[in-house]
Amino acid sequence: MVRTRVALLVAGVLGLSMVTGCGGGSTAAGGGGGAVTLGFAQVGAESGWRTANTKSIQDSAKDAGITLKFSDAQQKQANQIQAIRSYIQQHVGVIAFSPVVETGWDTVLKEAKTAGIPVILTDRAIDSTDTTLYKSFLGSDFVNEGKEAGDWVAKEYGSATGPVNIAVLEGTTGSAPANDRSKGFNDVIKADPKFKVVASQDGDFTRAQGKQVMESFLKSQSKIDVLFAQNDDMGLGALDAIKAAGLTPGKDIKIVTVDGTHDGLQALADGKFNYVVECNPLLGPQLMDLVKKVAAGQSVPNRILTKETAFDQAAAKAALPSRQY
Amino acid sequence: MTGHRLFWPSAALIALLLGNLVVSPRFFAVEIRDGHLYGNLIDILRNGSPLILIAVGMTLVIATRGIDLSVGAVVAVSGAVACVQLAGANVVVSVALALGLCLVLGAWNGWLVAGLKIQPIVATLILMVAGRGLAQLITGGQIVTVTNGPFLAIAGGYLLTLPLSFLIAMAVYALTSLIVRRSALGMVLESVGGNPEASRLSGLRSGRLIWLCYVFSGLCAGVAGLIISSNVTGADGNNAGLWIELDAILAVVIGGTQLTGGRFSLGGTVIGALLIQTLTTTVYALGIPSQETLLFKAVVVTVVCLVQSPAFRAKLAGRRRRPRPTAVQTRSDQVEVAS
Repeated sequence: MVRTRVALLVAGVLGLSMVTGCGGGSTAAGGGGGAVTLGFAQVGAESGWRTANTKSIQDSAKDAGITLKFSDAQQKQANQIQAIRSYIQQHVGVIAFSPVVETGWDTVLKEAKTAGIPVILTDRAIDSTDTTLYKSFLGSDFVNEGKEAGDWVAKEYGSATGPVNIAVLEGTTGSAPANDRSKGFNDVIKADPKFKVVASQDGDFTRAQGKQVMESFLKSQSKIDVLFAQNDDMGLGALDAIKAAGLTPGKDIKIVTVDGTHDGLQALADGKFNYVVECNPLLGPQLMDLVKKVAAGQSVPNRILTKETAFDQAAAKAALPSRQY
Repeated sequence: MTGHRLFWPSAALIALLLGNLVVSPRFFAVEIRDGHLYGNLIDILRNGSPLILIAVGMTLVIATRGIDLSVGAVVAVSGAVACVQLAGANVVVSVALALGLCLVLGAWNGWLVAGLKIQPIVATLILMVAGRGLAQLITGGQIVTVTNGPFLAIAGGYLLTLPLSFLIAMAVYALTSLIVRRSALGMVLESVGGNPEASRLSGLRSGRLIWLCYVFSGLCAGVAGLIISSNVTGADGNNAGLWIELDAILAVVIGGTQLTGGRFSLGGTVIGALLIQTLTTTVYALGIPSQETLLFKAVVVTVVCLVQSPAFRAKLAGRRRRPRPTAVQTRSDQVEVAS
């Protein structure tokens, strides 16, 4: 009985994944003349940032006349590898993807290389010794984002004497933005012994997790001066937790986040956040240029940075009306 | 006392709480802030309430030998409908629409299982996958942020210093217990779960009863969805209620209800759900490094399952050379149903 159920479950899952896996259906070969086909394996739709990123890629592919095959990995590496394999089988012109985690990509990328399909990384890097596995990495400098957040804290508390207690809401464990933002941030603040990271936990880049983790921080720590949330959504979740503790976000606890989504800038303009380092999701147009060049066999730089800035509360008020995401 | 079905889950919960007390003495501190209770224990009640709701619904489904994998997706759908509707309608209409749709989704599951006799695990797997897609379709793939005061009060509000969400969960639990235990319904459910065919032959309308359980499970998931989206001030079609079906099944099993159907314990389920939430809060309170979180949870759950297993306890007792007859579980409050 149990065995039949398990067998049926497995069969069901396989059936469903086949349906999604073959979703594209068309056999359009990319690369050689005509429209270029781009297979894009997205991380998921875990945050407002990500959905803006997805929309930018979809819109600019349409504008650039590139046929886009899009898949959503729901934050699972296994799904992403499966999507990339299906793109290899479909012989797309170029594969682009935003790796869920940093490691474990060598095998599938070698398969792409053997099939002669160039790969572009967007937004997140991979950790591999073999740099021939991909043509280019287009995305933000996460270490620098962490560093900018740290710089702001160092400046804000430059004249403070006592210890400054810092809490950190980390991104998904093992992901490049979480690793790099932590690194950049820690590099700056460890220069001064008065800065102390008193609590640091995985908030998985989501509001719900950010809120729960912050609730717990507020109980386990007697005093938190600064919160560094590695994305806007976790910071937004933390706002409620701080308010429930009878504290005023932005005043009793200063908050610095990374991203610059519309909701994040709104919180900044309202004085609930104190500083937001931008991580620009609108890399669609840059990506499509890159795809065309790679498909045409032109050489491209190994590393391309997206254009980014940072906001304080005044800048947020100015930028808010024209914010697309 | 160890024979009581709630003994082991309660003991595990208390042990976990005491463990917290040892490591961080401030864990139990509860104070009044802004006119409501504030502390780790209150967080456990508040954050655990969606899981309690879903697990209560799941208990009845499992009692009929079924399982409902779609509850996480229904959570996402419920939040999505409510938050999108809030843009144009008032709270009552939005909430009613969301819960209405969840009833329909529950009825769909029930129809597949009771009407078409599809294996429950497969029947509800359909909605588990499709429902999340439906939620994302409703929200347009975005996180829909809401600022509506009354809606945010569902998860953020307090009544008599207690979290409103916990009171909702308790009300549903109390009402369900009252209905199934003060009427013949509970006994009939256990009979249907124990042997559907024999029950049908003895005149019970098994099909309709099973259908009702799935409808109820859908409704519970819908209410939980409202709490979850209210808690994060927005509908997150992708993450809301993700994997909560597994937590709910675990809560039911820890609570002493067997997946093979028949006898069930709603009280045990509530304790199981609180145990799982305590575990999550513990991870944060103890500051366990992110990389070790899952392992820590797995170890605790394994230990809880082991101490719950009569066979394991008998083995343990045997090794201590104190042979004991296998404990006969006595249930004075319930009627045994032959299966």
